Amino acid sequence: MTIIDKNADVPAPRTGDAATPLLEVRDLHVEFHTRDGVAKAVNGVNYTVSAGETLAVLGESGSGKSVTAQAIMGILDMPPGKIPHGEILFQGRDMLKMSNEERRKIRGRKIAMIFQDALSSLNPVLTVGYQLGEMFRVHQGLSKKEAKAKAIEMMDRVRIPAARERVNDYPHQFSGGMRQRIMIAMALALEPELIIADEPTTALDVTVQAQVMDLLADLQREYNMGLILITHDLGVVADVADKIAVMYAGRIVETAPVHEIYKRPAHPYTKGLLESIPRLDQKGQELYAIKGLPPNLLRIPTGCAFNPRCEMAQDICRTEVPTLHRVTEQDGSELPGRGSACHFWKETIHG
Amino acid sequence: MGRYVARRLLQMIPVFIGTTLLIFLMVYALPGDPVRALFGDKGADPTTVARIRHDLGLDQPILKQYWDYMTGIILHFDFGNQIASGRPVRDVLGEAFPVTIRLASLAFAIELVVGIALGVWAGMRAGKLADSLVLIFTLLLISVPVFVLGFIFKLVFAFQLGWMTPNVQDDTNYSQLLMPAIVLAALSLAYVARLTRTSIAENLRADYMRTAVAKGLPRRRVIGVHLMRNSMIPVVTFLGTDIGALMGGAVVTEGLFNIHGVGGTIYESILRREGTTLVGLVTVLVLVFLFTSLLVDLLYAVLDPRIRYA
Repeated sequence: MTIIDKNADVPAPRTGDAATPLLEVRDLHVEFHTRDGVAKAVNGVNYTVSAGETLAVLGESGSGKSVTAQAIMGILDMPPGKIPHGEILFQGRDMLKMSNEERRKIRGRKIAMIFQDALSSLNPVLTVGYQLGEMFRVHQGLSKKEAKAKAIEMMDRVRIPAARERVNDYPHQFSGGMRQRIMIAMALALEPELIIADEPTTALDVTVQAQVMDLLADLQREYNMGLILITHDLGVVADVADKIAVMYAGRIVETAPVHEIYKRPAHPYTKGLLESIPRLDQKGQELYAIKGLPPNLLRIPTGCAFNPRCEMAQDICRTEVPTLHRVTEQDGSELPGRGSACHFWKETIHG
Repeated sequence: MGRYVARRLLQMIPVFIGTTLLIFLMVYALPGDPVRALFGDKGADPTTVARIRHDLGLDQPILKQYWDYMTGIILHFDFGNQIASGRPVRDVLGEAFPVTIRLASLAFAIELVVGIALGVWAGMRAGKLADSLVLIFTLLLISVPVFVLGFIFKLVFAFQLGWMTPNVQDDTNYSQLLMPAIVLAALSLAYVARLTRTSIAENLRADYMRTAVAKGLPRRRVIGVHLMRNSMIPVVTFLGTDIGALMGGAVVTEGLFNIHGVGGTIYESILRREGTTLVGLVTVLVLVFLFTSLLVDLLYAVLDPRIRYA
């Protein structure tokens, strides 16, 4: 209840910034020490999420979007993972400096995570009621019976039909969409302030994808939660996100409010991504694809990591790492929230 | 579930008949004659031998003998008498089984506790020093024959350190049974430890473990509930089938420590061509095997809800 009271004076969802953001990631670096060398998975990521806001993190496999989320959640395998520097401020406090016990208390209660594959992410030998109820038993000290009642309530809330009859079923007895709903119910159980959804709809078929995303968006509005939506599906993003961060080789290459990015991308990589979406009006034509492969994280190219695949690459791109420039209109007027890590952002957006 | 159990129980009947018949025929095929052996080196009077054979029913056709024997067991719980001493086999079994049950349950407890503890310890540290130590230790246990291990134990703990008596004098005394139980448990313990280790190490990387951590559960709960429930499934299967092996397979260990249990009695009755005793013992062991395997299959369904019997 206190959570709702506190959030009452926060601006309504989808309107933007509060005074201190709910979550602020500052210059986060994550590397993995493997036998073949050091894989730099995340190289200086910055982003903020406010209450009620949805940040979509976009990128190919290996771009570091999931690793960033795991670092926030504190579920990175360390070792081999390592966070050499960076800060993750949650409600103003750096989580990387907290004790393990402090972080454990935040996990699940204040920050919750929804995983991609609900079948393997749920424990196969425990009933869904038990797994849901566990949240209440561990964090709120409820009895088994009370926890089960709460579990049924949560299952109702994520619109699982006949929740009371199904509470003692096992994960494999549910369909894919229903399983993902259980994951969502588990994440929402303690009404956390931030939810990280790591490709929540990738394993689902398209009709179910839309249902699950709608559900997630509804519940987010209801609880006024911050949401980090990690995905590589640009279609999913458009409907629910407020702002977008595009990641490439462990860096954010472009940030923008959601609708602007579709209209005017300011980074060649984003442009490439948008052009590679199949479109009905271009049926029969060859689908655009970004040439080449994502970089090997053990040997990230010098300069801009995207330069070997970029059509606009010049000499400067091979030597200098572009910072995240502020993107402005042609006449120099501000475009709030927009940034591009490209030496030639002006040519890309206005060209 | 009920139908499954009923079907399994019915399936036991042909298995039971088949195994006992096989044993019966094998004993019959053994060289040597138990009746002639009664007379030792002296030449026996052929009419006396024939009379004894007739009294024991040994002059009947083999299948008739089997039929009489089985009806005796099933209808009257009568396993017949020993040929040499004339003692009822039921008494021999009644003496041997309690000893073996004590030894086997002690060995089973050691195997269960030490094996799983070692396995969990190693599995949680897969690839580290502790893991290698456990792997080397269990490899040693697997590769050293039981009688070598038994003699080493006797030499070190009984003769040099004097902690235990070298032979078991009182087989109701658990402290005397401890050393043979450890020797008996050693091999299975190694298998249990390795099986647990692999299972733990594998499940540790499972997605649901990551979920459990992300839910903010305490480490104790993540391991005790989420990891153990999943990792114990293969181990329980092995432990179940091992009960049967421990009950019947202690011939060497029992001989080494002078314990008069099932293993020793089987060995003796093979030497003396005591067909009735041998078949009686094996019949009981077959039943033990059949019931433990049923129990394991049922337990399997309890542990893993994805398996359901109809």
